[in-house]
Amino acid sequence: MTSINLAALQQEGYTEVATLPEVLADRPMHYCPGCHHGIAHRLVAEALEELGQVERTICVSSIGCSVFIYNYMHLDTVEAPHGRAAAVATGVKRARPDAFVFTYQGDGDLASIGLAESMHCANRGEKLSIVFINNTVYGMTGGQMAPTTLPGQKTTTSPGGRCASTEGLPLKMAEIMAGLGGVAYSARVATTSLKRIVEAKKAIKAAFQCQIDGRGFGFVELLSACPTNWRMTPLQANERVEKELIPYFPLGVFKDDANDPACSVSGGDS
Amino acid sequence: MALYLDAIIAGFGGQGVMLIGNLLAYAGMEAGYNVTYIPVYGPEMRGGTANCTVVISDEPIGSPIIKRPLSCIIMNLPSLHKFQPTVQDGGVVVVNSSLVDPALGDAARLKIVPVAANEIADAQGNVRMANMVALGAWLRATNAIPLDTVQQALPNVIAAHYAKLIPANANALARGWETADAAMATA
Amino acid sequence: MTASRKFLKGNEAVVYGALAAGCRCYFGYPITPQNDIPELMSSEMVKVGGQFVQAESEVGAANMLLGAAACGVRAFTSSSSPGVSLMQEAISYMAGSELPGVIVNMARGGPGLGDIGSSQGDYFQAVKGGGHGDYRCYVLAPATCQEAYDHMIEAFDVAYAWRVPVLVLGDAILGQMKEPVTTWTPDVNADAGKDWRLEGASGRPERLLKSLFLEDGALAGHNAKLQTRYRDMQPLSRLETVGVDDAELVIVAFGTIGRIARSAASQLRKQGHKVGVARPVTLFPFPVAQLQALAVPGRRFLTIEQNCGQMVEDVRLALAGKAEVAFHGHLPGNLPNPDEFIQPILDALAAKA
Repeated sequence: MTSINLAALQQEGYTEVATLPEVLADRPMHYCPGCHHGIAHRLVAEALEELGQVERTICVSSIGCSVFIYNYMHLDTVEAPHGRAAAVATGVKRARPDAFVFTYQGDGDLASIGLAESMHCANRGEKLSIVFINNTVYGMTGGQMAPTTLPGQKTTTSPGGRCASTEGLPLKMAEIMAGLGGVAYSARVATTSLKRIVEAKKAIKAAFQCQIDGRGFGFVELLSACPTNWRMTPLQANERVEKELIPYFPLGVFKDDANDPACSVSGGDS
Repeated sequence: MALYLDAIIAGFGGQGVMLIGNLLAYAGMEAGYNVTYIPVYGPEMRGGTANCTVVISDEPIGSPIIKRPLSCIIMNLPSLHKFQPTVQDGGVVVVNSSLVDPALGDAARLKIVPVAANEIADAQGNVRMANMVALGAWLRATNAIPLDTVQQALPNVIAAHYAKLIPANANALARGWETADAAMATA
Repeated sequence: MTASRKFLKGNEAVVYGALAAGCRCYFGYPITPQNDIPELMSSEMVKVGGQFVQAESEVGAANMLLGAAACGVRAFTSSSSPGVSLMQEAISYMAGSELPGVIVNMARGGPGLGDIGSSQGDYFQAVKGGGHGDYRCYVLAPATCQEAYDHMIEAFDVAYAWRVPVLVLGDAILGQMKEPVTTWTPDVNADAGKDWRLEGASGRPERLLKSLFLEDGALAGHNAKLQTRYRDMQPLSRLETVGVDDAELVIVAFGTIGRIARSAASQLRKQGHKVGVARPVTLFPFPVAQLQALAVPGRRFLTIEQNCGQMVEDVRLALAGKAEVAFHGHLPGNLPNPDEFIQPILDALAAKA
């Protein structure tokens, strides 16, 4: 695998307009074509750098396609058991209150097997951040039904389509988190277009800022495409996020104590 | 002198049997002995009695749980029925005669020490210190630990917000000790 | 090192031992008979400026422990049997990630909800791994409140020296009984873990603590490393013996059953029976060589446990046919006492003739 030969490209007349964040490893990612993890990784990396947090960051990786996040970020990282990232992050943050701590979790990890750990971590108001990737499917294990799978969506374990009467309805995690007392910030964003990517980065930075200011728990849900398990082309998958996911999972900020004086608390952790 | 002594202390919940067990064991520690104290779990907890076991020894203690004790403090009738048969021959059984007819004591086999713990404590102004009266009697009957060592241990087992009751508890211990002393002098 | 004498429950001794060892994070969840530990920790940990979290579950508590251990901060969790079952996932991950978590199990009766009385039914779970995969915890079995205190200090030292999870296996008796404890404060090596702990990759390459090894040969190599470590730990094994020199019968028993068996043996000694007691203090590594040394010709062994026969398998493996090993199981659900052991011991002695 080779990285981009900048000098060669410049000889051909190209101009460098953006550089890789230093914290992002300069290596090809294992994610499938059209997967949004790459965008999400980059946004996290840019946010950490722009907020000056890289050197004090401890990342908690989860189980799913993004288990290898540690291959792409030059960050101290501990790998959590499936679903337990929020509990592991709690231990990390309590042990090292001066560290910047975030987890990066998928929908099966966070909203199914790890729902208890995630919600209690949020409700305690742990001073940490969670980046939640919702692509409505178990990616790494081959496309099984997730707690966020849409009604009617066909997966390898819901071949007839998710049936609301027997399998329930998708969990709206950003709204659920916003309802918990310890949460300072909760938002849902998407990365389907440049405009949405800019908004997504703002949300990630706002969630991270909560931790930096010691205000509480910050949560960002990113609606993401999984072309492979959706059996779609990258473009079709991108369109599905817009046409099917966003109508069910509305984008927006569901809680932001920076804009709500009743939620604000004094004190900081740095 | 080699010392090994154990006691099961039993009564209704609320009679303070755990407190005097704690106190006795603490005083044993202060007197320089090895001690164990254990509140006993299990079916006993459902049998209407609360009980604990104290072991005092100048050697390292093996079992903290004793099936056939050398002594007992019996604060109520169910405890007498339950534990008197388990006491080893010649063992000391302090019986709270305020609640248990001392005639039920197996005097042929055991050294029965009746003490009207409730009445004596009531006369001192607080019937809740009947447990201390009974322990005082046990101290005299066994001569295991000096009375003043136990009295001095009181601040270590009584919660700080009851500290003002320590002199009264010390007094109750002494009344129990004197009662047993008088009974033994006439016996 | 400073020392003083206190009158403590086994559960309390665990707390003060951990604090003396420099423990600064505790994660727990209520379950009888170990509730004194989280209750006392909720106030004592705050006094030393540490962190106390009542977790949402034992699953949460054990994973919080994993996170704190990854930071190289001394931390522990405690529970009792059903709760420790829930922790097995995190313990396996800690073993795989080489993290020094300390776990206390004040065991109770099982299987299932069992009861709240004492039991040694978790021996296999404790010493054979307990969760998935090939791993071992260093396992200590305190029999006294003093050992409960001392073993917590040892637990942290071993966990950090060897990068393994350490399990302290007590029971309901130890947790609830009180004894004098000489408290002391060890010198804690603050540098332990400085070459692997997570603190943010400032001025150095990033660090990664994980148990996933997908590259060709990586997992095999990792397993080989762990197994070598477990073998290298064998010299840490300890066996306490009382009256074994002339014994015709040696009772092998651990934890509180070991001390109750000692009382039974003492009674029988007074009647002229040559009975000794060997108490494994470490359950992993198991004191194999020490037990073998006791297997002189003509001597028999009786393993007594408060379970249906678990450690006896390791005793038989250790003695490798050099001596007869009988077994007496005191059933969980019945409170053990020395008198219950007299007849089984006499039977074992009689079988020799």
